[in-house]
Amino acid sequence: MLYKNLYRLTEFLVGLLFGLGLMLSGMTDPGKVIGFLDLFGAWDPSLALVMGGAILVGFFAFTIAKKRTTTFLGGVLRFPTNMDIDKKLLVGSLLFGAGWGLAGFCPGPALVSMADGQPKALVFVLAMLVGMLGFELMDRLVHAPRKAKSESL
Amino acid sequence: MNLDWAHFTPWASLAGGIILGLASAIFILVNGRILGISGILGGLMPPKGGDTFWRVAFILGLFTAPTVFHAVVPAEYITAPRIDAAELTVVAAGLLVGIGTRYASGCTSGHGVCGLSRLSPRSLVATASFMFAGFVMVYVMRHLNII
Repeated sequence: MLYKNLYRLTEFLVGLLFGLGLMLSGMTDPGKVIGFLDLFGAWDPSLALVMGGAILVGFFAFTIAKKRTTTFLGGVLRFPTNMDIDKKLLVGSLLFGAGWGLAGFCPGPALVSMADGQPKALVFVLAMLVGMLGFELMDRLVHAPRKAKSESL
Repeated sequence: MNLDWAHFTPWASLAGGIILGLASAIFILVNGRILGISGILGGLMPPKGGDTFWRVAFILGLFTAPTVFHAVVPAEYITAPRIDAAELTVVAAGLLVGIGTRYASGCTSGHGVCGLSRLSPRSLVATASFMFAGFVMVYVMRHLNII
């Protein structure tokens, strides 16, 4: 029980740390995001430094993680198992990028900005949740009949 | 290429990026999970038994960040966010981001930071694709005056 609560605390603290990083980096400012994506206008390269800094630290962490079989606390290391480079990945990423460029929000910064009291971030998050639910329903519609059939065999 | 020196924040962005990397590092090495916001949030749409509280704890942490940030950083160092998009555009953007990130199983954090950090070819393709679409969308909006 104590162990479980310890996990909830680390998850909360990591979320807090990540949110602080987003705010400090400028990711929660859509103007800055669009300034980075505007290669042919007045270009703001800040976001390249955000990615660079994050990947620099992340690379070391994942190099260590890949060599281990458990976490530092002896828990399960959940690495993604899907290696497919397919239409879903491409189309999904292109849709996401289009939406990202359209308003300058990606999921993390939008959540933090909403908590910071920005009304448009709240609108964005609500639409995003509808989109996520829509995907979930669509996915079930597409996959449910096939799953039912394979289970009956 | 013109640089927007007025808005360029190299040190804050680099430091912020390092913090994002640290958070991702702790999440994989201590919690054993990939730090991907769209996946963490999307897993709650709808919530599934036994797989909910860790997501909620993380998101509550995200929500607490602005309060802590404003308590620590003096107001004169904080610039107000520039949200120029009209409400209807914001709705369209939110729908695209919601559907797209779930369809691609990741966003800027899961594919962009964690995926590239672990040298995943899948995440490299995802990141290149969403960056490309972002560049094109902003080019269309700012330089073709269509939207």
